[in-house]
Amino acid sequence: MYDCIIVGGGHAGIEASHIAAKMGKKILLVTGNIKNIGDMPCNPSIGGTAKGIIVREVDALGGLMGHIADISQIQIKMLNNSKGPAVRSLRAQADKITYPKNMQDALMHTPNLTIKEAMIEDLIIEDNTVKGVVTADGEKISGKTVILTTGTYLKGNILIGSENTPGGPHGEARSNHLSDKLKEYGLKIIRLKTGTPQRIKKDSIDFSVMQEEKGDKTPWTFSFDYEPSYDVDKQQSCYLLYTNETTHKIIRDNLNKSAMYGGYATGVGPRYCPSIEDKIVRFADKERHQLFLEPESLYYDDWYLQGFSTSMPRDVQELMVYSLKGLENAIITKYAYAIEYDAIDPLQIYPSLENKVIKNLFTAGQINGTSGYEEAAGQGIIAGINASLKLDNKEPLILKRSDAYIGVLIDDLVTKGTIEPYRMLTSRAEFRLILRHDNADLRLRDYAKKCGTISDEQYNHLQEKKQKIADLTKYLKENHIKITEDNKNIFIENDIPIPSSNLTYYELLKRPEIKLSFLENFIQLDYSEEVKEQVEIDVKYEGYIKKAYKEVEKLIKLEEKEIPDDIDYSCVTNLASEARQKLAKVRPKTIAQASRISGVNPVDISVLSVYLKKEYNK
Amino acid sequence: MEDTICAISTSIGIGAISIVRVTGTDAIKIFDSIFDGNLNDKETHTIHYGHIKYNNEVIDEVLVMLMRGPKTYTTEDTVEINCHGGKSTTEKVLEILLSCGCRLAEPGEFTKRAFLNGRINLLEAESVNDLIVAKTDAARTLAINNVDGILTKKIRNIREKIVKILANIEVNIDYPEYQDEVQVTHNLMEEYLTDITKELKSLVDGARNGRIIKEGINIAIIGRPNVGKSSILNHLLDEEKAIVTDIPGTTRDIVEGSITLNGVAINFIDTAGIRETDDVVEKIGVDRSKRSADQADIVLFVANNNEKLTEEDLKLLEKYDSENLIIFVNKSDLEQKIEIPGNISREIIWGNTIDVNGLDSLKNAIKNKLNLDTIVNKDMSYLSNIRQIDLVNKANSAIENAYASLKNDMPIDMIEIDLRAAWEYLGEIIGDSYQDELVDNIFSNFCLGK
Repeated sequence: MYDCIIVGGGHAGIEASHIAAKMGKKILLVTGNIKNIGDMPCNPSIGGTAKGIIVREVDALGGLMGHIADISQIQIKMLNNSKGPAVRSLRAQADKITYPKNMQDALMHTPNLTIKEAMIEDLIIEDNTVKGVVTADGEKISGKTVILTTGTYLKGNILIGSENTPGGPHGEARSNHLSDKLKEYGLKIIRLKTGTPQRIKKDSIDFSVMQEEKGDKTPWTFSFDYEPSYDVDKQQSCYLLYTNETTHKIIRDNLNKSAMYGGYATGVGPRYCPSIEDKIVRFADKERHQLFLEPESLYYDDWYLQGFSTSMPRDVQELMVYSLKGLENAIITKYAYAIEYDAIDPLQIYPSLENKVIKNLFTAGQINGTSGYEEAAGQGIIAGINASLKLDNKEPLILKRSDAYIGVLIDDLVTKGTIEPYRMLTSRAEFRLILRHDNADLRLRDYAKKCGTISDEQYNHLQEKKQKIADLTKYLKENHIKITEDNKNIFIENDIPIPSSNLTYYELLKRPEIKLSFLENFIQLDYSEEVKEQVEIDVKYEGYIKKAYKEVEKLIKLEEKEIPDDIDYSCVTNLASEARQKLAKVRPKTIAQASRISGVNPVDISVLSVYLKKEYNK
Repeated sequence: MEDTICAISTSIGIGAISIVRVTGTDAIKIFDSIFDGNLNDKETHTIHYGHIKYNNEVIDEVLVMLMRGPKTYTTEDTVEINCHGGKSTTEKVLEILLSCGCRLAEPGEFTKRAFLNGRINLLEAESVNDLIVAKTDAARTLAINNVDGILTKKIRNIREKIVKILANIEVNIDYPEYQDEVQVTHNLMEEYLTDITKELKSLVDGARNGRIIKEGINIAIIGRPNVGKSSILNHLLDEEKAIVTDIPGTTRDIVEGSITLNGVAINFIDTAGIRETDDVVEKIGVDRSKRSADQADIVLFVANNNEKLTEEDLKLLEKYDSENLIIFVNKSDLEQKIEIPGNISREIIWGNTIDVNGLDSLKNAIKNKLNLDTIVNKDMSYLSNIRQIDLVNKANSAIENAYASLKNDMPIDMIEIDLRAAWEYLGEIIGDSYQDELVDNIFSNFCLGK
């Protein structure tokens, strides 16, 4: 008997298994092919805008993704470094051979974790409660909780032109029956679609006509626990290229051959990663579209052609690729394909990621309607933590929208549902000024400590950092600059106006033209870069940050107003009928969540508050 | 901890005193910031005298009831302000409170708070529930009627402009490597903000028109004693409203009367002639005259053709010199002794009340000043209630903040915070608050993907 069985060894399954094992539970990870654990079937990168922040959040919570990406990366960049601190985010090109290998090593060394190779085709259900899983061979394995992280493998179909092949990525077998079984048990199943572009053989690419995109000269890591240890000069480059009029003509002429436009597909694809034919159709007046070539690994020669995802037949794909400048003689090692798969309607899950219909069943990743490695990992770690907490009869860890991007992600899913694969964007986070990559540890490690997912050492390190931040802030507030001749000259040399009186360093730092590094001309600051960064951001953007926290306070007040699980919305008189239906479907946990459901108006919220007060005296 | 709300609690326009009620955590703090007394250290359930002041200007003379929670209707700290200045002054007080951190109470919100804070019992709850629904429905219908048509379209247009900018900024953030997309730079942002400011200004100007249509306008007739102010009033109203004699200082208090021009109520206020006087009663009248003139939409200055302008005349002319001043030189039937100084550039109308000359010209001048021909016909759906005006003002100050951040060289994504706030305020006016609008806009207007 296992405490928890995780079905699927992708980015969600990994984090779920690892964190639950770390919390002392006896864990079984079942996957179709052990060698594919931690595989990156699509883009060869981890992180990116918003996603990079999720990776740091996973790290802060005690997860694996951040550190494994750090030791597997072949290029790393801080995106938006020239913009404000709220929107910066790391992205690493991860080696597709090294990353899964490092991940598998990490799992092998995780105590309490057993890994088994099998396809799961059914669940054991008694009294609406999951009791274990059933393999394709009919073997029954008991578990107190089950986490499904099945990715695109539920009735996966690969589409290339009019060809339709059952299966998952890499020609792996799919799960044929599990989604039908879930439907039998009362879950609503939706069908989604995503796609991946061609891979091109390195020797056949003329990089000289493309624009080189290099890694940063500053070393970075995702993980809060390790210093960077790579050579910034030995990073791989990516390349930028463009489509042209010939490419567009080929696509237009062959549109009816594409799986999507020819009517061969039924799933709903994501708007934020449309196939190239989508882009040509929807943005007909654009003369060119941007594409990137990214190396997949140091150990084989495939390059990933980002931006060129398509479901055209192979012969058309060849014409399309050859029309690109620098790819006239390209050898296509893998053709682009679209993939359709089953997922569950995420309105059927609680913010803890536990299922509303089947008890002790959790889901994470693409099965919940998301897209992306990072989104999967973020849910995986929460599912793992909450399955473990449930076994201990403890309250689940529910991150608020003001706590983490992971909180925004899960809240969006369970409150609004989704009809297309959901990708995280910075614009989805209303508190993004607070949810920065640089403070993920400050935001989340207290929760992690409480759940037992980080070590004492990690926690003590955090406390030290907090203390240092407070010390430095105090120092800047209490000390004044002296306007001596020498100091005046430093201002003049740096072309910065000389302050009229002896201001504190804190006041000086508030000025837009003055950086903390400039103040180090006058004072010696014996603090780490990360501490200085926190203080600088806090001081420079104080006004904005304060405003944001005020909004957070309002939200938290509403989050504290809980709605009992047993509420019967048909008894709440005066609710508008649309609101009543939506509330009954979503069954929000708090008044705050209720207020975010589309179709639930402020009046309905008032009515509901009054009802709760009356019936439950909340 | 509840935010602080306020509302006019008496029916508008009826009765000499109207009460503005403020309740919530910061009720006392916010009120003190506009009061020349200090309630902070005063006993609960006491009454205090003082003035509402804003930008160093006295707005009204008030009596204030201070009631500290929990022994109040809402159980929260409450201040009730007895305003004496009539409808427009009361609304001004409300507006000031809103700009100082209060939120306008929703219909039924005082009662709702009373209930939620346990002040009223469960039996009463049902009716509270009905009340909230009924009032909000009414308010909703009202709001829809109010903001239908051209105004909604105007606001939608501004919001669309803003959301396009927001989407562009978001695309720059979420897809930083897409170099073909327009990059929102500081220069571009400045252009955008200038444009939006202009659009918002036209909304605010519209707000003034909305008020004119709804409430009419006030014209104060001022001038030295015995220049014929009351005669002019009587002729404009076509009735003997004011007592007319040859004795200077006959009118000692304010006399009012209304006519309709192009469907808009024009309220004339005949004032006591302004002069230095030792007569106590007349002095009060003179003070009131000055106050009426200060608060009027248009000041009609009356002079006597048959006399030279005095020092006092010139002082008044200087004081009220603005776009909204009309000069009427009365007694044109008598010999002209008046000399108009060259530096007076405002419109002058000559006439008299004996053979009734110049009064039509006067009416036309009023119409022109207010653009009555255009505002009434063109578009009846101006912003007309305080809630809407409050929101437009908030949007406006959000844009001002964005401007300030721009000047401070803040990153674009910080400036965007205020721009977004403006967009949300405007959405509240017309009830558009579809949260995914921005994300939708990003995907429909920009071409991105893997």
